[in-house]
Parts: sequence; structure tokens; C-alpha cells
Amino acid sequence: MNKIHQAFENGKAFIPFITCGDPDLETTAAAVRAAVANGADLIELGIPFSDPTAEGPVIQGANIRALRGGIKTKHIFEFVRELRRDVTVPLVFMTYANVVFSYGAEKFISTCAEVGIDGLILPDIPFEEKEEFLPICRQYDVALISLIAPTSANRIGMIAKEAEGFIYLVSSLGVTGERSEIKTDLRSIVELIRANTDVPCAIGFGISTPEQAKQMASISDGAIVGSAIVRLLEKHGKDAPQYIGEYVKSMKDAIRGE
Amino acid sequence: MTNPNGRFGVHGGQYIPETLMNAVIELEEAYNHYKNDPDFNRELTDLLNDYAGRPSRLYYAEKMTKDLGGAKIYLKREDLNHTGAHKINNVLGQALLAKKMGKTRLIAETGAGQHGVATATAAALMGMECVVFMGEEDTKRQALNVYRMRLLGAEVIPVTSGTATLKDAVSEAMREWTNRISDTHYCLGSVMGPHPFPTIVRDFQAVISKEIKEQMLEKEGRLPDAVLACVGGGSNAIGSFYHFIGDKDVRLIGCETAGRGIDTFETAATISTGKLGIFHGMKSYFCQDEDGQIAPVYSISAGLDYPGVGPEHAHLHDIGRAEYVAITDDEAVNAFEYLSKTEGIIPAIESSHALAHAIKIAPTMDKNQVIVITVSGRGDKDCAAIARYRGEDIHE
Repeated sequence: MNKIHQAFENGKAFIPFITCGDPDLETTAAAVRAAVANGADLIELGIPFSDPTAEGPVIQGANIRALRGGIKTKHIFEFVRELRRDVTVPLVFMTYANVVFSYGAEKFISTCAEVGIDGLILPDIPFEEKEEFLPICRQYDVALISLIAPTSANRIGMIAKEAEGFIYLVSSLGVTGERSEIKTDLRSIVELIRANTDVPCAIGFGISTPEQAKQMASISDGAIVGSAIVRLLEKHGKDAPQYIGEYVKSMKDAIRGE
Repeated sequence: MTNPNGRFGVHGGQYIPETLMNAVIELEEAYNHYKNDPDFNRELTDLLNDYAGRPSRLYYAEKMTKDLGGAKIYLKREDLNHTGAHKINNVLGQALLAKKMGKTRLIAETGAGQHGVATATAAALMGMECVVFMGEEDTKRQALNVYRMRLLGAEVIPVTSGTATLKDAVSEAMREWTNRISDTHYCLGSVMGPHPFPTIVRDFQAVISKEIKEQMLEKEGRLPDAVLACVGGGSNAIGSFYHFIGDKDVRLIGCETAGRGIDTFETAATISTGKLGIFHGMKSYFCQDEDGQIAPVYSISAGLDYPGVGPEHAHLHDIGRAEYVAITDDEAVNAFEYLSKTEGIIPAIESSHALAHAIKIAPTMDKNQVIVITVSGRGDKDCAAIARYRGEDIHE
């Protein structure tokens, strides 16, 4: 049984994103453990890609730093296997279709299941192309996470009806990165999603402050934060895990009661 | 050739963020409406003829033919189009379509700068805003084209991410499109990216092979034995091939860039060295490592310096309908100089890849055989770079 639902059983979920291997896997492991110890409900682990077209400059930078360190997909699987000796929260991979495709979809997804990955977020696989990986994901009980965007409009019901794990609601137009203001009418999108599915819905893109997280969690089932955490890694390098722990605590505290 | 879901065999598709899905669906619906609209087609034909200077000439290269001593050689002179390359064919079509869709702003990627110049030109003509993304490396290699775009009123944004070349310019244009969709059309410059772009761009470029066929029948009373064109993303090649795909006796030969050689890492020969992958919205062949990381490709030609190839070319390769060969920097530069001296035509370094292959095969063919080479663009923009390649530092 896929355990992503467990992330949404401790009040509103806080979901941090961390790029594997930025700047090295030891730091990633320490960052994940610090996040979990401070209340993270699910961890989104990025597998770096050379040309991350859905990312803003901050996460692009993390991808470059990780790849410069010589990281390979097989190292990341071994890293997750090691992490799973004590980390029990749900874990999902965030990467791009070519990383999965080139590894061999069946080999990649079966290894995900074997090492303890619960879901897969692929921003370049929209609803129309999900057959590329969905049958294999179903076979191995790895949830293929659906994304819904501010522009989805008439597509929301169709996507929500077939969603698995959780729905990743993209807060704003554009790429990942912190934003001072989120203007999209997310409340009405969430209502449409809830009318079509019981799968929980978390909001990501542009969230960096506890106030924003609180606001997003109040209208959905959780908040996803990437760039703000990656920025701590960019600034503090190997010393980042301590700061990530403090940051996650402030974010989880802000949304807990929503 | 296109399946309803935008597939060419296994290639093609729509591998893009959800944020862009309604934009490409809207584009496909608009295109399907206007492609059969007589007013749209009349307006486009007028622009192509009166503004861009079509039909382009099919020129019998007599000196080259005699010098090589084999097949009779014709040059399809896309270099004579307004703005100096085939790119204008597609851009006028897309800009007109975007205008009909109510868009007021065009964004584009560019490698050599020819597509950027063409987009800036169409935007100026149609009173639209224009932003062009160009790899910083390419802004240096093609400084003249950067100035041309600015002169035409476009904003040129140098892209510093990744290898700072064409692939990064495409990535940045895609990022910008997700940021601003309602008033903006992404005027993609080649037969690549998500469906419906490979089909739309092909249809707008197919005028090249339509004309070649008519002109060849008029001049020779027969079809050519081979059609050659250079392939980066592959828009001038698919345009040159399209109306011959059903004529099985016409060899279709796409010339990729081998850079410093297909056995080196400094190459962009996608079909010769790449493998099947998913990138920039499409499934096709890409230069990549064993983990699917896209390779930092290289070519002397900024316009061919791209790690992928359009999905229809990948399919034509799979089914054996077209042949793809790789041409090195050195061979292309030799052909650049050869055509300049032999025919008094300075070809783009991109087109020189097709000319280089013609120089190889024409002497092996019979005198009663005929080949057509598409000169996709003119080479003024390349003179400084070729001079540098030959060790001469000139200043524009």
C-alpha cells in the first residue's frame, strides 16, 4: 500500500524539496534527517537534470552543483536505500522524463519501489503523456503525481479524477522560485479539485515565508517549498542542514493548525 | 505524416509542463482552423511573395557541376529571401497566425541569429512586441545579427545558463512562455518542440519543396535524383524534403554537423551519435550521456549546434526514407569557401554542411543525374567567424 497518504495525517503537510547531491549526498542525507526531525511530512528528492526547463535560477543552480559533483542516478538509488534505514516519512522523486526514460522506465520505477520511493513528480509529463510511465508506476505501486496549473481551467476535473498520491497544485505561472505575492485564485481551483477527487492537494511554487505557507495550507492540504530551501544549501553548503532544520520547524509550526 | 496526437512513429508528443498545455491546445485549434482558411492563405501568400521575395530561385550551378564532373547541380536559393534565410517562411506564417489569435507579443529562441532576425522582422512588420533569447556564446559568434535584431526593435536576452548556446535559448524561451502566455506566442524556429510545432513549422517550410518540384519539372522535365539540406532541428531540410517523401526514387539526404568529428565529444551529430530520449517537449534522438543528461554539443555552426533533431526526421531515419550524414567543421568551411569562389555565392556555414556532402557525392554520380542542394541562408553573418577559423582576425 502506497504510504503518501500518511503525510497528510498530521494536520496540514509541509513538503520540502531538496536536490540530491547538492553539494554532496552526505549533506543531502543530513538535510533530509534535519527536515524530518523538525516536522517535514514528506520529502521531495530532486534527481538533477542538465536542462531543468521548469526550474528558476535557484534550483537550476542546485542541479548544476550536483552534476558537477559527478552524481549518477544509481548513486541516488543507493543513497535512498541507506536513508530508508531510519527515515520513514513518504519520499517522492522529482525529476525530468529523460532521466527515467534513459535509465529504462521499468528498471527505474521498479528500483524506486525496491528502495522505498513512494511517488514520482515529472513536470514534463502532462496528462496527455502519462501513459509513457503510468502502467509501470501502477504495477510497482509508485504514485505518478499529477500537476495542476493556474492555466489548467477546463482540464482540472479530468486531471483530478485520475490523480494518485497527492495533487501538486502549481501556485503561479512561470518556473520555480520565491515570489513576494501569489495572485492566482487558488481557492476556486482547490474547490474544483475537491469536487472531483479525495486525493489530497498541496500547493507549491513561490512559497518561502511562514505567512505564505500558512495562507496556502489554509486553503489546501499542504505547502511545498523548494527554492527557499535550496537557497540555504547554496549559502551554507555542507553546514546547511542545521539551518534547514530551523527553517522547516518555522514553516511546519506556521501551518500546523490550519 | 502526423498522427492526431502529434506523433511521427514513436517520436514527437507533448512533453511539457501542465502550465503550457492549454496554450498548445489553443495553438493547434487555431492552426487547424486557419490552415484551410482562404483569407489567411491569401494573406500569407502575399507576404511570402511581395515581402519575402518568393518564390526563391532554383539556380543551375554550372561551374560547380563542371568542376565536380558528375551530377548536374541545382541550388535552391533560400539565401535570397528577405532576411537572408529560409527562417522567414515559418515566421511569417506563425506571426500571422499569432496575430489572428489575438497575441501581441512574440518570443523566440535563436542560434545563429537568423530565426531571431526573421522573428524581429515579422514583429516589426506586424506591430508586435518581440523578445529573442540567444545563448551568450552565440551573441559573441553572431554579433552582427544581435545588432540587426535590436535595430528591428526586438529585445535580445543573452542566455548564460548551461552551455549558453541554442539548447539553452530554447529552454529559456520555454520558461518565459510559462511565465506569460495570454498575450504571448512562442514563435519556435524549427520542426521541434511539442506538438503542434513540428507540424506547423513543417507546413510553413514545405513551400521550399513545393517550389523545387515545380521548378525542376519546368527546367528538367523530371524529378531530382537527390535533395540535400543541412539539419540542426531540421526545418529547412523537412521543408526541402516534404513534397518528395512520396516520390521513392528521390533520395533525401540530411547533413548534420559532426563538429570536430563524430568520434569526439565536440560534435552535434544527433542521428549519428544520439539515442532516443525525451527533451524540449518531444521524444526524438538526443546527444546525451548514459544517465540521460543532455550533452554539451559543439559545432562551428551556431545554427546546427543543438543536441536534438525534429521528430519527423527521427521517424524518416527510422523508416529509412531519408539518409543522414555528418559533416565536420573543416569540410563545411571548405565548402563555404568553395561555393564563394566557384559560383560567387557566399552560403551560410549551416548550408555549407549540405554543400560539403554534395561535393563528396556529385563526382560519384552520372552526368545525367540531378541533385538539388538547399542553400538555406547566406553567409555574410559567418565571415568573421570563418576568418577566425583560418587564423585571420577581422573586425566588423
